[in-house]
Amino acid sequence: MSIEPTSPNSGVSELQSAALPESWSPPPLIKNPLLRWGLLLGLVLYLYLSVGSLEVNWNRIYEGLDRGAKFVYGFMNPNFAERWTDISEGMIESLVMTVTSTAIGIAISIPIGFGAASNLAPLPVYLFCRGIIALSRSFQEIIVAILFVAIFGFGPLAGVLTLSFATIGFLSKLLAEDIESIDKSQAEAVKATGSPWWQWINFGIQPQIMPRLIGLSLYRLDINFRESAVVGLVGAGGIGATLNTAFDRYEYDTAAAILILIIGIVMLSEYISGYIRAGVQ
Amino acid sequence: MLEIKQLVKKYKTGDVAINGVDLKVEKGQVMALIGPSGAGKSTLIRCVNRLETPTSGEIWLNGENIVKLRSGKLRKARRNMGMIFQEYALVERLTVMENVLSGRLGYVGFWRSYLRKFPQADIQAAFKLLEKVGLEKMFNKRADELSGGQRQRVGIARALIQNPDILLVDEPTASLDPKTSRQIMRLITELCVEQQLAAIINIHDVALAQMFAERIVGLRDGRIVYDGSPDDLKPDVLTEIYGEEDWTAVRKRKAKTGPVSEIEDESISEEHMAELM
Repeated sequence: MSIEPTSPNSGVSELQSAALPESWSPPPLIKNPLLRWGLLLGLVLYLYLSVGSLEVNWNRIYEGLDRGAKFVYGFMNPNFAERWTDISEGMIESLVMTVTSTAIGIAISIPIGFGAASNLAPLPVYLFCRGIIALSRSFQEIIVAILFVAIFGFGPLAGVLTLSFATIGFLSKLLAEDIESIDKSQAEAVKATGSPWWQWINFGIQPQIMPRLIGLSLYRLDINFRESAVVGLVGAGGIGATLNTAFDRYEYDTAAAILILIIGIVMLSEYISGYIRAGVQ
Repeated sequence: MLEIKQLVKKYKTGDVAINGVDLKVEKGQVMALIGPSGAGKSTLIRCVNRLETPTSGEIWLNGENIVKLRSGKLRKARRNMGMIFQEYALVERLTVMENVLSGRLGYVGFWRSYLRKFPQADIQAAFKLLEKVGLEKMFNKRADELSGGQRQRVGIARALIQNPDILLVDEPTASLDPKTSRQIMRLITELCVEQQLAAIINIHDVALAQMFAERIVGLRDGRIVYDGSPDDLKPDVLTEIYGEEDWTAVRKRKAKTGPVSEIEDESISEEHMAELM
Protein backbone atom coordinates (compact mmCIF):
# COMPACT_ATOMS: atom_id res chain seq x y z
CA MET A 1 0.00 0.00 0.00
CA SER A 2 1.46 3.31 -0.97
CA ILE A 3 1.25 6.45 1.11
CA GLU A 4 -0.14 9.56 -0.47
CA PRO A 5 2.06 12.61 0.03
CA THR A 6 0.09 14.84 2.36
CA SER A 7 2.08 18.03 2.30
CA PRO A 8 2.19 20.02 -0.93
CA ASN A 9 5.92 20.72 -0.72
CA SER A 10 7.19 17.17 -0.28
CA GLY A 11 9.71 17.10 -3.07
CA VAL A 12 11.38 13.98 -1.63
CA SER A 13 10.06 10.76 -3.09
CA GLU A 14 8.40 8.52 -0.51
CA LEU A 15 10.00 5.15 0.22
CA GLN A 16 7.88 2.04 0.00
CA SER A 17 7.30 0.75 3.52
CA ALA A 18 7.90 -2.86 2.41
CA ALA A 19 11.55 -2.11 1.57
CA LEU A 20 12.44 -0.77 5.03
CA PRO A 21 14.84 -2.96 7.08
CA GLU A 22 13.69 -4.58 10.32
CA SER A 23 16.80 -4.07 12.45
CA TRP A 24 19.92 -1.93 12.63
CA SER A 25 23.40 -2.18 14.10
CA PRO A 26 26.22 0.38 13.80
CA PRO A 27 28.63 -0.13 10.89
CA PRO A 28 31.93 -1.68 12.06
CA LEU A 29 35.13 0.39 12.13
CA ILE A 30 36.94 -2.09 9.87
CA LYS A 31 34.70 -3.44 7.14
CA ASN A 32 36.49 -6.68 6.28
CA PRO A 33 35.56 -9.24 9.00
CA LEU A 34 38.66 -11.35 8.34
CA LEU A 35 40.93 -8.34 8.88
CA ARG A 36 38.91 -7.18 11.89
CA TRP A 37 39.09 -10.45 13.79
CA GLY A 38 42.63 -11.18 12.56
CA LEU A 39 43.92 -7.89 13.98
CA LEU A 40 42.21 -8.47 17.31
CA LEU A 41 43.55 -12.02 17.59
CA GLY A 42 47.07 -10.88 16.61
CA LEU A 43 47.01 -8.18 19.28
CA VAL A 44 45.94 -10.60 22.01
CA LEU A 45 48.61 -13.09 20.96
CA TYR A 46 51.29 -10.41 20.92
CA LEU A 47 50.34 -9.21 24.40
CA TYR A 48 50.39 -12.78 25.73
CA LEU A 49 53.84 -13.44 24.28
CA SER A 50 55.29 -10.16 25.50
CA VAL A 51 54.10 -10.70 29.04
CA GLY A 52 55.56 -14.20 28.84
CA SER A 53 58.93 -12.84 27.71
CA LEU A 54 59.40 -10.82 30.89
CA GLU A 55 61.78 -12.84 33.06
CA VAL A 56 60.86 -12.56 36.69
CA ASN A 57 63.59 -13.51 39.12
CA TRP A 58 61.77 -14.06 42.40
CA ASN A 59 64.99 -14.55 44.38
CA ARG A 60 66.30 -11.21 43.25
CA ILE A 61 63.04 -9.54 44.17
CA TYR A 62 63.18 -11.11 47.62
CA GLU A 63 66.64 -9.70 48.20
CA GLY A 64 65.65 -6.36 46.75
CA LEU A 65 62.72 -6.04 49.13
CA ASP A 66 65.25 -5.49 51.88
CA ARG A 67 66.81 -2.55 50.06
CA GLY A 68 63.38 -1.22 49.22
CA ALA A 69 62.46 -1.37 52.88
CA LYS A 70 65.56 0.66 53.75
CA PHE A 71 64.52 3.24 51.18
CA VAL A 72 61.00 3.40 52.53
CA TYR A 73 62.35 3.58 56.07
CA GLY A 74 64.56 6.49 55.01
CA PHE A 75 61.51 8.14 53.57
CA MET A 76 59.74 7.78 56.90
CA ASN A 77 62.59 9.65 58.54
CA PRO A 78 63.60 12.39 56.16
CA ASN A 79 66.70 14.21 57.27
CA PHE A 80 66.65 17.84 56.25
CA ALA A 81 69.29 18.99 58.72
CA GLU A 82 72.43 17.00 58.00
CA ARG A 83 72.99 18.21 54.41
CA TRP A 84 70.86 21.35 54.60
CA THR A 85 73.47 23.62 52.98
CA ASP A 86 73.77 21.25 49.98
CA ILE A 87 70.02 20.86 49.73
CA SER A 88 69.25 24.57 49.86
CA GLU A 89 71.98 25.42 47.37
CA GLY A 90 70.71 22.73 45.01
CA MET A 91 67.14 23.89 45.39
CA ILE A 92 67.98 27.50 44.68
CA GLU A 93 70.03 26.47 41.67
CA SER A 94 67.16 24.34 40.41
CA LEU A 95 64.67 27.17 40.82
CA VAL A 96 66.97 29.58 38.99
CA MET A 97 67.41 27.02 36.21
CA THR A 98 63.65 26.48 36.01
CA VAL A 99 62.69 30.13 35.73
CA THR A 100 65.51 30.99 33.31
CA SER A 101 64.93 28.03 31.01
CA THR A 102 61.16 28.55 30.99
CA ALA A 103 61.54 32.23 30.13
CA ILE A 104 64.05 31.51 27.35
CA GLY A 105 61.93 28.62 26.12
CA ILE A 106 58.73 30.70 25.95
CA ALA A 107 60.50 33.56 24.17
CA ILE A 108 61.73 31.19 21.46
CA SER A 109 58.55 29.09 21.36
CA ILE A 110 56.14 31.91 20.53
CA PRO A 111 57.60 32.80 17.10
CA ILE A 112 58.17 29.12 16.30
CA GLY A 113 54.61 28.32 17.35
CA PHE A 114 53.22 30.99 15.01
CA GLY A 115 55.46 29.71 12.23
CA ALA A 116 54.26 26.16 12.81
CA ALA A 117 50.57 27.07 12.52
CA SER A 118 49.42 26.00 9.08
CA ASN A 119 46.71 28.66 8.92
CA LEU A 120 49.20 31.51 9.35
CA ALA A 121 52.57 30.51 7.95
CA PRO A 122 53.55 29.95 4.32
CA LEU A 123 54.64 26.40 3.57
CA PRO A 124 58.46 26.80 3.79
CA VAL A 125 58.22 28.58 7.17
CA TYR A 126 55.74 25.98 8.36
CA LEU A 127 58.02 23.09 7.43
CA PHE A 128 61.07 24.75 8.99
CA CYS A 129 59.30 25.39 12.30
CA ARG A 130 57.70 21.95 12.37
CA GLY A 131 61.21 20.56 11.78
CA ILE A 132 62.56 22.37 14.83
CA ILE A 133 59.67 21.07 16.91
CA ALA A 134 60.19 17.52 15.70
CA LEU A 135 63.90 17.76 16.50
CA SER A 136 63.23 19.05 19.97
CA ARG A 137 60.60 16.44 20.69
CA SER A 138 62.56 13.47 19.41
CA PHE A 139 65.34 13.80 21.99
CA GLN A 140 64.63 13.00 25.58
CA GLU A 141 65.91 15.54 28.13
CA ILE A 142 68.53 13.14 29.53
CA ILE A 143 70.13 12.62 26.12
CA VAL A 144 70.18 16.34 25.39
CA ALA A 145 71.58 16.99 28.87
CA ILE A 146 74.41 14.50 28.32
CA LEU A 147 75.24 16.22 25.01
CA PHE A 148 75.21 19.70 26.57
CA VAL A 149 77.26 18.55 29.56
CA ALA A 150 79.79 17.18 27.09
CA ILE A 151 79.90 20.53 25.29
CA PHE A 152 79.58 23.05 28.14
CA GLY A 153 80.86 21.01 31.06
CA PHE A 154 79.15 20.18 34.36
CA GLY A 155 76.87 22.77 35.87
CA PRO A 156 73.61 24.62 35.52
CA LEU A 157 74.37 26.16 32.09
CA ALA A 158 74.01 22.77 30.44
CA GLY A 159 70.81 22.25 32.43
CA VAL A 160 69.29 25.58 31.44
CA LEU A 161 70.03 24.92 27.77
CA THR A 162 68.58 21.43 27.98
CA LEU A 163 65.35 22.59 29.56
CA SER A 164 65.00 25.54 27.16
CA PHE A 165 65.44 23.16 24.25
CA ALA A 166 62.82 20.79 25.61
CA THR A 167 60.42 23.67 26.28
CA ILE A 168 60.50 24.67 22.62
CA GLY A 169 59.25 21.29 21.45
CA PHE A 170 56.48 21.22 24.00
CA LEU A 171 55.24 24.79 23.94
CA SER A 172 55.57 25.54 20.20
CA LYS A 173 53.70 22.40 19.24
CA LEU A 174 50.77 22.98 21.57
CA LEU A 175 50.69 26.70 20.79
CA ALA A 176 50.65 25.98 17.05
CA GLU A 177 47.77 23.58 17.53
CA ASP A 178 45.87 26.20 19.50
CA ILE A 179 46.44 28.78 16.77
CA GLU A 180 45.23 26.29 14.17
CA SER A 181 41.98 25.81 16.06
CA ILE A 182 41.09 29.47 16.59
CA ASP A 183 37.72 30.84 15.51
CA LYS A 184 38.49 31.86 11.94
CA SER A 185 35.66 34.36 11.67
CA GLN A 186 37.01 36.55 14.48
CA ALA A 187 40.38 36.79 12.77
CA GLU A 188 38.70 37.34 9.41
CA ALA A 189 36.63 40.21 10.75
CA VAL A 190 39.75 42.03 11.92
CA LYS A 191 41.43 41.39 8.58
CA ALA A 192 38.35 42.75 6.78
CA THR A 193 38.84 46.15 8.41
CA GLY A 194 42.06 46.57 6.43
CA SER A 195 44.32 45.86 9.39
CA PRO A 196 48.05 45.34 8.71
CA TRP A 197 49.54 41.95 9.60
CA TRP A 198 51.04 42.69 13.03
CA GLN A 199 47.89 44.43 14.22
CA TRP A 200 45.83 41.58 12.86
CA ILE A 201 47.86 39.15 14.98
CA ASN A 202 47.54 41.43 18.00
CA PHE A 203 43.76 41.94 17.73
CA GLY A 204 42.50 38.91 15.84
CA ILE A 205 44.70 36.03 17.00
CA GLN A 206 46.43 36.88 20.28
CA PRO A 207 43.29 37.33 22.40
CA GLN A 208 42.09 33.91 21.33
CA ILE A 209 45.27 32.05 22.28
CA MET A 210 46.26 33.97 25.41
CA PRO A 211 44.57 31.73 28.03
CA ARG A 212 46.14 28.63 26.55
CA LEU A 213 49.55 30.27 26.24
CA ILE A 214 49.49 31.29 29.89
CA GLY A 215 48.23 27.89 31.00
CA LEU A 216 50.85 26.02 29.00
CA SER A 217 53.65 28.29 30.21
CA LEU A 218 52.73 27.67 33.84
CA TYR A 219 52.48 23.95 33.19
CA ARG A 220 55.88 23.99 31.52
CA LEU A 221 57.36 25.86 34.52
CA ASP A 222 56.18 22.98 36.61
CA ILE A 223 57.61 20.36 34.27
CA ASN A 224 60.93 22.19 34.03
CA PHE A 225 61.28 22.16 37.80
CA ARG A 226 60.76 18.40 37.93
CA GLU A 227 63.05 17.89 34.95
CA SER A 228 65.72 20.03 36.58
CA ALA A 229 65.98 17.31 39.23
CA VAL A 230 66.35 14.66 36.52
CA VAL A 231 68.94 16.40 34.35
CA GLY A 232 70.97 16.99 37.51
CA LEU A 233 71.50 13.26 37.70
CA VAL A 234 73.74 13.46 34.61
CA GLY A 235 75.63 16.49 35.86
CA ALA A 236 73.61 19.36 34.49
CA GLY A 237 73.35 21.15 37.85
CA GLY A 238 70.47 21.78 40.19
CA ILE A 239 68.90 19.71 42.92
CA GLY A 240 69.41 16.58 40.84
CA ALA A 241 73.12 16.73 41.50
CA THR A 242 72.50 16.87 45.26
CA LEU A 243 70.01 14.02 44.96
CA ASN A 244 72.51 11.95 43.01
CA THR A 245 75.18 12.45 45.65
CA ALA A 246 72.75 11.43 48.37
CA PHE A 247 71.91 8.21 46.53
CA ASP A 248 75.58 7.48 45.89
CA ARG A 249 76.25 7.72 49.60
CA TYR A 250 73.22 5.57 50.45
CA GLU A 251 71.90 8.53 52.45
CA TYR A 252 68.27 7.68 51.84
CA ASP A 253 67.08 9.99 54.60
CA THR A 254 68.63 13.00 52.84
CA ALA A 255 67.33 11.78 49.46
CA ALA A 256 63.89 11.51 51.01
CA ALA A 257 64.13 15.08 52.29
CA ILE A 258 64.98 16.27 48.78
CA LEU A 259 62.16 14.31 47.17
CA ILE A 260 59.67 15.63 49.71
CA LEU A 261 60.79 19.18 48.95
CA ILE A 262 60.40 18.57 45.22
CA ILE A 263 56.90 17.16 45.71
CA GLY A 264 56.00 20.09 47.94
CA ILE A 265 57.19 22.68 45.45
CA VAL A 266 55.46 20.95 42.54
CA MET A 267 52.20 20.82 44.50
CA LEU A 268 52.52 24.46 45.48
CA SER A 269 53.15 25.51 41.89
CA GLU A 270 50.22 23.38 40.76
CA TYR A 271 47.99 25.20 43.21
CA ILE A 272 49.24 28.64 42.17
CA SER A 273 49.00 27.91 38.46
CA GLY A 274 45.47 26.57 38.86
CA TYR A 275 44.56 29.80 40.58
CA ILE A 276 46.12 31.91 37.81
CA ARG A 277 44.57 29.83 35.04
CA ALA A 278 41.11 30.25 36.54
CA GLY A 279 41.71 34.01 36.53
CA VAL A 280 42.61 34.32 32.85
CA GLN A 281 39.69 32.38 31.36
CA MET B 1 30.30 53.47 -7.13
CA LEU B 2 30.62 49.71 -6.84
CA GLU B 3 30.57 47.90 -10.11
CA ILE B 4 30.96 44.17 -10.54
CA LYS B 5 31.65 42.88 -14.04
CA GLN B 6 31.39 39.27 -15.15
CA LEU B 7 32.45 37.95 -11.77
CA VAL B 8 33.20 34.23 -11.57
CA LYS B 9 34.29 32.32 -8.49
CA LYS B 10 35.18 28.68 -8.81
CA TYR B 11 36.30 26.82 -5.71
CA LYS B 12 39.16 24.35 -5.76
CA THR B 13 36.62 21.59 -5.35
CA GLY B 14 35.20 22.54 -8.76
CA ASP B 15 32.03 24.10 -7.36
CA VAL B 16 31.07 27.26 -9.21
CA ALA B 17 29.74 29.66 -6.56
CA ILE B 18 29.46 32.76 -8.74
CA ASN B 19 28.85 32.31 -12.42
CA GLY B 20 29.12 35.59 -14.30
CA VAL B 21 27.56 38.26 -12.13
CA ASP B 22 27.17 41.87 -13.28
CA LEU B 23 26.02 44.29 -10.62
CA LYS B 24 26.14 48.02 -10.01
CA VAL B 25 25.42 49.64 -6.66
CA GLU B 26 25.09 53.40 -6.43
CA LYS B 27 26.10 55.63 -3.55
CA GLY B 28 23.56 55.49 -0.73
CA GLN B 29 21.64 52.57 -2.17
CA VAL B 30 20.53 49.80 0.19
CA MET B 31 20.33 46.57 -1.72
CA ALA B 32 19.21 43.22 -0.42
CA LEU B 33 20.68 40.09 -1.95
CA ILE B 34 18.31 37.15 -1.58
CA GLY B 35 18.50 33.58 -2.71
CA PRO B 36 18.57 30.01 -1.41
CA SER B 37 21.44 28.64 0.66
CA GLY B 38 24.39 27.95 -1.58
CA ALA B 39 23.34 30.45 -4.23
CA GLY B 40 26.60 32.35 -3.75
CA LYS B 41 25.40 35.32 -1.68
CA SER B 42 28.20 35.07 0.89
CA THR B 43 30.80 34.33 -1.73
CA LEU B 44 29.78 37.43 -3.67
CA ILE B 45 30.35 39.87 -0.81
CA ARG B 46 33.43 38.00 0.34
CA CYS B 47 34.84 38.47 -3.15
CA VAL B 48 34.21 42.21 -2.94
CA ASN B 49 36.25 42.39 0.27
CA ARG B 50 38.73 39.89 -1.19
CA LEU B 51 38.35 37.47 1.70
CA GLU B 52 37.91 35.21 -1.32
CA THR B 53 39.87 35.72 -4.52
CA PRO B 54 37.64 35.76 -7.59
CA THR B 55 38.51 33.37 -10.39
CA SER B 56 37.82 36.00 -13.05
CA GLY B 57 35.97 39.25 -13.58
CA GLU B 58 36.37 42.77 -12.26
CA ILE B 59 35.20 44.58 -9.15
CA TRP B 60 35.46 48.35 -9.34
CA LEU B 61 35.18 50.45 -6.19
CA ASN B 62 35.90 54.17 -6.44
CA GLY B 63 37.71 53.71 -9.73
CA GLU B 64 39.98 50.91 -8.52
CA ASN B 65 39.81 47.31 -9.68
CA ILE B 66 39.88 45.41 -6.39
CA VAL B 67 40.58 42.09 -8.04
CA LYS B 68 44.00 43.35 -9.13
CA LEU B 69 45.09 44.80 -5.78
CA ARG B 70 47.82 43.26 -3.62
CA SER B 71 48.84 43.49 0.06
CA GLY B 72 49.23 47.18 0.95
CA LYS B 73 46.82 48.55 -1.63
CA LEU B 74 44.32 45.81 -0.86
CA ARG B 75 44.38 46.77 2.83
CA LYS B 76 43.75 50.40 1.90
CA ALA B 77 40.79 49.35 -0.26
CA ARG B 78 39.42 47.18 2.55
CA ARG B 79 39.33 50.20 4.85
CA ASN B 80 36.57 51.61 2.63
CA MET B 81 34.39 48.53 3.04
CA GLY B 82 32.68 47.84 6.33
CA MET B 83 31.71 44.24 6.92
CA ILE B 84 29.01 42.91 9.21
CA PHE B 85 28.88 39.18 9.83
CA GLN B 86 26.22 36.60 10.55
CA GLU B 87 27.70 35.31 13.81
CA TYR B 88 28.87 38.86 14.63
CA ALA B 89 32.56 37.78 14.46
CA LEU B 90 33.55 39.96 17.38
CA VAL B 91 36.84 39.10 19.03
CA GLU B 92 35.21 37.58 22.07
CA ARG B 93 37.95 38.09 24.59
CA LEU B 94 38.37 41.77 23.79
CA THR B 95 36.23 44.54 25.24
CA VAL B 96 33.46 46.25 23.31
CA MET B 97 35.68 49.31 22.94
CA GLU B 98 38.60 47.29 21.59
CA ASN B 99 36.28 45.60 19.12
CA VAL B 100 34.94 48.91 17.88
CA LEU B 101 38.40 50.45 17.69
CA SER B 102 39.67 47.46 15.71
CA GLY B 103 37.79 49.09 12.83
CA ARG B 104 40.52 51.77 12.87
CA LEU B 105 43.47 49.37 12.67
CA GLY B 106 44.03 50.21 9.03
CA TYR B 107 44.73 53.82 10.02
CA VAL B 108 46.65 53.46 13.29
CA GLY B 109 50.27 52.42 13.72
CA PHE B 110 51.31 49.18 15.41
CA TRP B 111 52.53 50.54 18.74
CA ARG B 112 49.56 52.85 19.21
CA SER B 113 47.16 49.96 18.69
CA TYR B 114 49.31 47.52 20.69
CA LEU B 115 49.34 49.87 23.67
CA ARG B 116 45.66 50.73 23.02
CA LYS B 117 46.57 54.40 22.74
CA PHE B 118 44.25 55.21 19.86
CA PRO B 119 43.99 58.81 18.63
CA GLN B 120 41.47 60.86 20.56
CA ALA B 121 39.35 61.40 17.45
CA ASP B 122 38.95 57.64 17.05
CA ILE B 123 37.94 57.20 20.66
CA GLN B 124 35.41 60.00 20.43
CA ALA B 125 34.02 58.47 17.24
CA ALA B 126 33.78 55.11 18.98
CA PHE B 127 31.81 56.57 21.89
CA LYS B 128 29.53 58.40 19.49
CA LEU B 129 28.83 55.23 17.53
CA LEU B 130 28.27 53.18 20.66
CA GLU B 131 25.73 55.76 21.74
CA LYS B 132 24.06 55.55 18.35
CA VAL B 133 23.69 51.78 18.58
CA GLY B 134 22.56 52.06 22.20
CA LEU B 135 25.56 50.55 23.95
CA GLU B 136 27.21 53.67 25.38
CA LYS B 137 27.44 52.14 28.85
CA MET B 138 28.87 48.81 27.71
CA PHE B 139 32.26 49.94 26.41
CA ASN B 140 34.30 48.05 28.98
CA LYS B 141 32.29 44.82 28.82
CA ARG B 142 33.91 41.85 27.18
CA ALA B 143 32.27 40.94 23.88
CA ASP B 144 31.36 37.46 25.07
CA GLU B 145 29.26 38.92 27.87
CA LEU B 146 26.81 40.49 25.42
CA SER B 147 23.59 39.11 23.97
CA GLY B 148 23.27 38.37 20.25
CA GLY B 149 21.56 41.64 19.43
CA GLN B 150 24.09 43.65 21.41
CA ARG B 151 26.97 41.86 19.71
CA GLN B 152 25.57 42.67 16.30
CA ARG B 153 25.30 46.33 17.36
CA VAL B 154 28.99 46.27 18.24
CA GLY B 155 29.62 44.68 14.84
CA ILE B 156 27.77 47.56 13.20
CA ALA B 157 29.77 50.13 15.18
CA ARG B 158 33.01 48.39 14.18
CA ALA B 159 32.06 48.55 10.52
CA LEU B 160 30.96 52.19 10.69
CA ILE B 161 34.02 53.50 12.52
CA GLN B 162 36.00 52.54 9.42
CA ASN B 163 34.16 55.42 7.76
CA PRO B 164 33.42 53.18 4.78
CA ASP B 165 31.81 53.95 1.44
CA ILE B 166 29.96 50.67 1.37
CA LEU B 167 28.67 48.17 3.88
CA LEU B 168 28.90 44.46 3.09
CA VAL B 169 26.44 42.71 5.34
CA ASP B 170 26.29 38.91 5.52
CA GLU B 171 23.07 37.51 7.00
CA PRO B 172 22.96 40.04 9.84
CA THR B 173 19.81 38.61 11.39
CA ALA B 174 20.21 34.88 10.87
CA SER B 175 21.11 34.26 14.51
CA LEU B 176 18.67 36.73 16.01
CA ASP B 177 15.06 36.60 17.17
CA PRO B 178 12.40 38.29 15.01
CA LYS B 179 12.13 41.46 17.05
CA THR B 180 15.88 41.98 17.31
CA SER B 181 16.20 41.16 13.61
CA ARG B 182 13.92 44.04 12.74
CA GLN B 183 15.71 46.41 15.08
CA ILE B 184 19.07 45.49 13.60
CA MET B 185 17.83 45.85 10.03
CA ARG B 186 16.23 49.19 10.87
CA LEU B 187 19.47 50.37 12.47
CA ILE B 188 21.56 49.34 9.49
CA THR B 189 19.27 50.93 6.93
CA GLU B 190 18.83 54.14 8.94
CA LEU B 191 22.57 54.53 9.32
CA CYS B 192 23.03 53.94 5.61
CA VAL B 193 20.57 56.69 4.77
CA GLU B 194 22.07 59.04 7.34
CA GLN B 195 25.62 58.61 6.10
CA GLN B 196 24.80 58.10 2.41
CA LEU B 197 26.30 54.60 2.54
CA ALA B 198 25.73 51.97 -0.06
CA ALA B 199 24.97 48.53 1.33
CA ILE B 200 24.74 44.99 0.06
CA ILE B 201 22.77 42.98 2.58
CA ASN B 202 22.65 39.20 2.21
CA ILE B 203 19.50 37.99 3.79
CA HIS B 204 17.34 34.92 3.42
CA ASP B 205 14.32 36.36 5.17
CA VAL B 206 12.38 37.70 2.18
CA ALA B 207 9.88 39.59 4.31
CA LEU B 208 12.65 41.49 6.08
CA ALA B 209 14.35 42.23 2.78
CA GLN B 210 11.13 43.68 1.35
CA MET B 211 10.56 45.72 4.46
CA PHE B 212 13.93 47.44 4.58
CA ALA B 213 15.67 47.38 1.20
CA GLU B 214 14.95 49.72 -1.70
CA ARG B 215 16.27 47.25 -4.23
CA ILE B 216 16.27 43.47 -4.30
CA VAL B 217 18.60 41.25 -6.26
CA GLY B 218 17.82 37.54 -6.45
CA LEU B 219 20.67 35.08 -6.85
CA ARG B 220 20.28 31.47 -7.90
CA ASP B 221 23.11 29.06 -8.68
CA GLY B 222 25.57 31.93 -8.89
CA ARG B 223 23.55 33.98 -11.38
CA ILE B 224 21.33 37.01 -10.96
CA VAL B 225 17.75 36.02 -11.73
CA TYR B 226 15.95 39.08 -10.38
CA ASP B 227 16.88 42.73 -10.00
CA GLY B 228 14.17 45.15 -9.13
CA SER B 229 11.97 46.76 -6.52
CA PRO B 230 10.72 44.90 -3.43
CA ASP B 231 7.12 45.38 -4.53
CA ASP B 232 7.56 43.34 -7.69
CA LEU B 233 8.60 40.22 -5.80
CA LYS B 234 5.60 38.16 -6.92
CA PRO B 235 5.19 34.40 -6.40
CA ASP B 236 6.49 33.64 -9.89
CA VAL B 237 9.65 35.65 -9.16
CA LEU B 238 10.18 33.83 -5.87
CA THR B 239 9.77 30.55 -7.71
CA GLU B 240 12.40 31.74 -10.16
CA ILE B 241 14.78 32.42 -7.27
CA TYR B 242 14.04 29.64 -4.83
CA GLY B 243 12.29 26.98 -6.87
CA GLU B 244 8.75 25.59 -6.79
CA GLU B 245 6.82 26.33 -3.62
CA ASP B 246 3.35 27.47 -2.70
CA TRP B 247 4.19 31.16 -2.23
CA THR B 248 0.60 32.16 -1.69
CA ALA B 249 0.27 30.05 1.44
CA VAL B 250 0.45 33.08 3.69
CA ARG B 251 -2.36 34.80 1.89
CA LYS B 252 -4.53 31.69 1.81
CA ARG B 253 -4.05 31.21 5.51
CA LYS B 254 -5.03 34.80 6.14
CA ALA B 255 -8.15 34.40 4.04
CA LYS B 256 -9.17 31.16 5.73
CA THR B 257 -8.96 32.33 9.32
CA GLY B 258 -11.47 35.10 8.99
CA PRO B 259 -11.11 37.17 12.16
CA VAL B 260 -7.31 37.23 11.92
CA SER B 261 -7.45 39.00 8.60
CA GLU B 262 -8.78 42.09 10.32
CA ILE B 263 -5.51 42.49 12.09
CA GLU B 264 -2.77 44.35 10.25
CA ASP B 265 -0.03 42.46 8.40
CA GLU B 266 2.53 43.65 10.93
CA SER B 267 1.01 41.55 13.68
CA ILE B 268 1.45 38.24 11.91
CA SER B 269 4.29 36.55 13.66
CA GLU B 270 7.55 37.01 11.89
CA GLU B 271 8.48 33.37 12.32
CA HIS B 272 5.46 32.43 10.29
CA MET B 273 6.33 34.86 7.59
CA ALA B 274 9.87 33.59 7.42
CA GLU B 275 8.77 29.99 7.50
CA LEU B 276 6.18 30.36 4.80
CA MET B 277 7.90 32.76 2.48
